[in-house]
Amino acid sequence: MPDTSKVGSLSEAVAELVRDGDTVAIEGFTHLICFAAGHEIIRQRKRDLTLARMTPDVIYDQMIGAGVARKLIFSWLGNPGAGSLHAVRRRVEKADPEPLEIEEYSHFGMVSRYMAGASNLPFMPIRSYFESDIPKANPNIKRIVSPYDGAEVYAVPPLKPDVTIAHAQRADTSGNAQIWGLLGCQKEAAFAADRVIVVCEEIVDEQTIRDDPNRTAIPGLIVDAVVEEPFGCHPSFAQGYYDRDNRFYLNWEPISKDPAALDAWLKEWVYDLGSHADYVEKFGDAYWDALRAGERLSGRVNYGEYG
Amino acid sequence: MSANGFSRSEMMIVASARQLAGQRVTFVGIGLPNIVCNLALRTSNPELELVYESGIFGSAPRRLPLSIGDPTLVTGSTAVTSMYELFAFYLQAGLVDVGFLGAAQIDRFGNINTTVIGDYEHPKTRLPGSGGACEIAIHARKVFVIMRQGQRSFVETLHFRTSPGHSGDPEHDRARGWTGSGPTSVVTDVATYAFDEETGEMTLATLHPGVDFDEVRSNMAWDPRVADDVRETSAPTDEELRVLREELDPQGVYTR
Repeated sequence: MPDTSKVGSLSEAVAELVRDGDTVAIEGFTHLICFAAGHEIIRQRKRDLTLARMTPDVIYDQMIGAGVARKLIFSWLGNPGAGSLHAVRRRVEKADPEPLEIEEYSHFGMVSRYMAGASNLPFMPIRSYFESDIPKANPNIKRIVSPYDGAEVYAVPPLKPDVTIAHAQRADTSGNAQIWGLLGCQKEAAFAADRVIVVCEEIVDEQTIRDDPNRTAIPGLIVDAVVEEPFGCHPSFAQGYYDRDNRFYLNWEPISKDPAALDAWLKEWVYDLGSHADYVEKFGDAYWDALRAGERLSGRVNYGEYG
Repeated sequence: MSANGFSRSEMMIVASARQLAGQRVTFVGIGLPNIVCNLALRTSNPELELVYESGIFGSAPRRLPLSIGDPTLVTGSTAVTSMYELFAFYLQAGLVDVGFLGAAQIDRFGNINTTVIGDYEHPKTRLPGSGGACEIAIHARKVFVIMRQGQRSFVETLHFRTSPGHSGDPEHDRARGWTGSGPTSVVTDVATYAFDEETGEMTLATLHPGVDFDEVRSNMAWDPRVADDVRETSAPTDEELRVLREELDPQGVYTR
């Protein structure tokens, strides 16, 4: 019998594992961004979170607009290809409706912070930030000298989220999660975290995972909860499952710009719905059919049979 | 749209794509660089290896992606990498020939601001920040900048230096020991610029068709250094315009 004790609803996982005041990472670089979890956090009215993400994206605009966070750690703040994150900007530029503390890095700096966190190291050295004002804006980025050749590099501190929520295409009931396509920082952010929620497009049996172990990004060993949530990344995408909903990202710009429109959107699409399944149903089958990915299968490799 | 049938945005994109001829590995940025590199792949340089910071080497996109993270960048690519590998093994280790950067503000030495307009603590406008730009500026062998030109973007003093360019002191620049040699080209909607090898200063190289020096000067905050032989930028060819309009951007998102 497989161990199914970790499997549950997103509502249960968020209620149990995301706590007010936590540092929360919902990673995924444009790909596999778990919007469903962000919406559940909004719905449960979590407060005073520190949100970490390389690219805050529309999901953190929604969460920060909904008032769940007091601080943002990031490296690129925008709606990629489509516009700006105006709910975040209102808080940074005008403290409207309240201030938002920010801590910013470059992409390489953020990636390296997760690497340090995942590897239990006190810092990661990188060759970046030379003659940039970024270290002046963020004193956590420190210049150090190599003990070997005297080279100057910059150090960034480990980032260890209290909880990381990682979306994957598939996982087994133990939380062994497989990802293909853009990998983002899902693996690093998961290993760096104290608690891990894996959300997946589909739960598969353990044998499916074992048939293709190279594709496992996150082992069940570090996973606390497993949730099956089809279309859980929308309007982000899941490679091979559904496309990025670019129209949604483009349409977000006027909503984000107008606080009343943002509140109305959150009411209609988050607060008034009980779950992500309701969100999927509200869009309707035709909407999802239009986003569904066509088929392009990988080649197969022979792992070999030994002994 | 000019009298002879192309817009200034189209001229900017085409001029920038031509500069990729002969280059091998290009780090593609969000926005204009995305269409420039995809145009180059279909015109000036079919051998171009597109690297996306989302973790892709040798991308072969079938459609022009809106974002730099898109499923079309993955399908049929040479390699998908972790983001650490992309930044550490490919960029930091010096495998990238050309890095593309955009800018909200640029100064005469090619230093770039993409972080804030106004004071950092109380910004008038909060811009996206670095993303990968700071490390691209340091490690890409050459840095190509593409941006629209104006008094507010070509400035004497940056409000924030996100990504370093040349320092104005050539000896200092040589002693840095960086993998990259800093910005080598700026292409705008009115002109193209190179950088003077002695001083590291941005130098007017070509004027786009229909643009005169006065217009260029009125769209920047300083008196630019001017090359001895300033020419007119060659107008887009029919083929370049066809690829741009029919294959890459039929809706005119980038080219209006």
